[in-house]
Amino acid sequence: IMSLFGEVPQATPVAVFKVTNDFKEDPNPKKVNLGVGAYRTDEGQPWVLPVVKKVEKIIVADDSLNHEYLPILGLPEFRSSASKIALGEDSPAIQENRVGAVQCLGGTGALKIGAEFLRRWYNGNNNTRTPVYVSAPTWENHNAVFVNAGFEDVRPYKYWDAEKRGLDLSGFLGDLESAPKHSIFVLHACAHNPTGTDPTHVEWMQVAEVMKRRKLFVFFDSAYQGFASGCLDKDAWAVRYFITQGFEMFCAQSFSKNFGLYNERVGNLTIVARDPDNLKRVLSQMEKIVRVTWSNPPSQGARLVAVTLNNPELFSEWKDNVKTMADRVLSMRASLRAKLEALETPGTWDHITQQIGMFSFTGLNPNQVEYLIKEKSIYLMASGRINMCGLTTKNIDYVAESIHESVVNVQ
Amino acid sequence: FVPGSLKKMSIFAEVPQAPPVAVFKLTADFREDTHPQKVNLGVGAYRTDDCQPWVLPVVKKVEKMIVEDNSLNHEYLPILGLPELRSAASKVALGDDSPAIKDGRVGAVQGLGGTGALRIGAEFLRRWYNGTNNKATPVYVSAPTWENHNAVFADAGFTDVRPYHYWDGAKKGLDLTGIMDDLEKAPEHSIFVLHACAHNPTGTDPTPDEWKKIAEVMKRRSLFAFFDSAYQGFASGNLDKDAWAIRYFVSQGFELFCAQSFSKNFGLYNERVGNLTVVAQDKDNLTRVLSQMEKIVRTTWSNPPSQGARIVAITLNNPELFTEWKGNVKTMADRVLLMRDQLKAKLIALGTPGTWDHITEQIGMFSFTGLNPKQVEYMIKEKHVFLMASGRINMCGLTSKNIDYVAESIHETVSKVQ
Repeated sequence: IMSLFGEVPQATPVAVFKVTNDFKEDPNPKKVNLGVGAYRTDEGQPWVLPVVKKVEKIIVADDSLNHEYLPILGLPEFRSSASKIALGEDSPAIQENRVGAVQCLGGTGALKIGAEFLRRWYNGNNNTRTPVYVSAPTWENHNAVFVNAGFEDVRPYKYWDAEKRGLDLSGFLGDLESAPKHSIFVLHACAHNPTGTDPTHVEWMQVAEVMKRRKLFVFFDSAYQGFASGCLDKDAWAVRYFITQGFEMFCAQSFSKNFGLYNERVGNLTIVARDPDNLKRVLSQMEKIVRVTWSNPPSQGARLVAVTLNNPELFSEWKDNVKTMADRVLSMRASLRAKLEALETPGTWDHITQQIGMFSFTGLNPNQVEYLIKEKSIYLMASGRINMCGLTTKNIDYVAESIHESVVNVQ
Repeated sequence: FVPGSLKKMSIFAEVPQAPPVAVFKLTADFREDTHPQKVNLGVGAYRTDDCQPWVLPVVKKVEKMIVEDNSLNHEYLPILGLPELRSAASKVALGDDSPAIKDGRVGAVQGLGGTGALRIGAEFLRRWYNGTNNKATPVYVSAPTWENHNAVFADAGFTDVRPYHYWDGAKKGLDLTGIMDDLEKAPEHSIFVLHACAHNPTGTDPTPDEWKKIAEVMKRRSLFAFFDSAYQGFASGNLDKDAWAIRYFVSQGFELFCAQSFSKNFGLYNERVGNLTVVAQDKDNLTRVLSQMEKIVRTTWSNPPSQGARIVAITLNNPELFTEWKGNVKTMADRVLLMRDQLKAKLIALGTPGTWDHITEQIGMFSFTGLNPKQVEYMIKEKHVFLMASGRINMCGLTSKNIDYVAESIHETVSKVQ
């Protein structure tokens, strides 16, 4: 008898996890993993933030806590404090009671719920044809999240100029001008993944002007707040600017990186509406979507973040922990660039220190990437993206020399 | 001042207000009620005899172990979840010595509670079962069933979700003839959502012989078995007994899905611990199925949460903790059985019109009292006893302190309201 699943094809593995798998299986003692975006210490180890360890102990000792279902939209203290992080303590929109949130399963979950809502209720009812624009390049999962939410037309907008190794502003603005009205644009709030290249304030203002005029929907993806520059408010500038310009919008927030809570799936979909009445109706529909996806969200990570954000001492300690991570990344950026320049590696390497956040878009081509992986056991994404957190004082010389070798030997 | 006519319209202006989820609305209404004798027999969560939530002692113990273990970190779990949870959870459903597991043809996807497991399973079936992206495959759910079943499958894309006969309101028991009839008439390859034990909301399960009959038709007519197992251990107090139906189907050679929830039997409602067990014909088919499950998970939640999975995995994989857990589960199941006995006894002692055997014959957390909508309304409005419009009560909401009041209220309702 044939299996019911006889015709099910083998799916290709998710690229970034395959890179890590290949790294794990490599016996080369000098191997380096510059693939998946997770912070590493200078010993190349994962880091549980000290403030997280502290709060985990507080939670386990608190006998007033139990495991009863959270509300469908999540832990209230988490949702409100997370939205405040994005929008600012003194946000007028929050004071006007027109900001709400849905606790979600990491940034992915927040994008998913937001996408599902927009497909059902934005630009008509169940309008699966509203174009959704994602940057070229972008996080590898953006496209699939929106497609799986039912959108049939997910398109790239120009973003990265490979020749000048910077933002293709005129291409970006051109796509905004020619996009059908009401199109949805997925914007990276800061520390663009994978390019590490963000618009300047003036450039953001130009983007906002076109989006307002042409009624384009703003969907921010904020996965690196605090991690990019080391300063929470600085990293939230774009999101807050758009609000001052009167946009109604979504912001998918992830606390995976800035809290190091990758596996507890802590995310928040912040919703800014025109007024409390519209907000209320939107949240009621969000509940319906959540109910058929995960019913109600997991507690542990949300509690950790909420306790931290709502306690002044813990909040300060957290900001320091975030700065520790951001500073180490900046130090590795400076160091890598300096070493490549000292080696006189062909090309310019300014972009290593100009780009911000966890990633650098090295500019290495696929052949050079393959050389690094196969010949040097240095694992990075096919796009040339490297995770700066994978660099340490112990491996940075080897990495710099390897990049030098691949650029010199491979065209 | 901006006149209303000049204010820009919200892009959300046409979004309608959605009605609240019934079971949560009931609890919200209960909270707002100020009556001193109010009782909440609504949402399905265990309560102690003091009417408090109960964090299982074994869970508290393991939470402490986890926080002390400095070798643990918060790195992403694999997309399919914590391996130790997936294998241990499937063993709980299928049995330690399951031949299917030994054959290497059982896999699992860690899901966000039972809901998440159902959702991932439904998404897979819509994409890859009975053709490719065949949204028209009928999905049958019992009449009645958990209020969210229909919506989960509809949202996964299925356009034809239908009821199968299940509850016989007149005899207050299983409508076996109706089930068998629907199974015989269903289009081949239809999907049937079966409650593994402790049917929600009726508390009425097929007997082993009845399950055998169901399996025979399903095999002959190539119907897909999708078990929903949210109460294993909680129903009879015995894990293996509660898993009899699933294991029987596996022994009959079915390829099937089983959505497991650890919300109730571990009391870990808010950590969202679930597992979609997948039984395939062989390892090769299983591998391909799991690879497609990964794609679905990746665009839904990327990878699952760790805390609840760790608690369950540690417990199930440690013999002493496993024994302690089974003891905790039996504590819960026994209290429910006691409340069933007492409620029935009190109703009979009061001479309440009708028969009340079903209170002790039904198993699991819920009882389908047979109260009609008017009687339910009376219970809520006049007696401040909150229950679902269907007449379903959560036995866990009963305590030695409130059971007299509840019994008297039911008596009054049945006597006064028709």
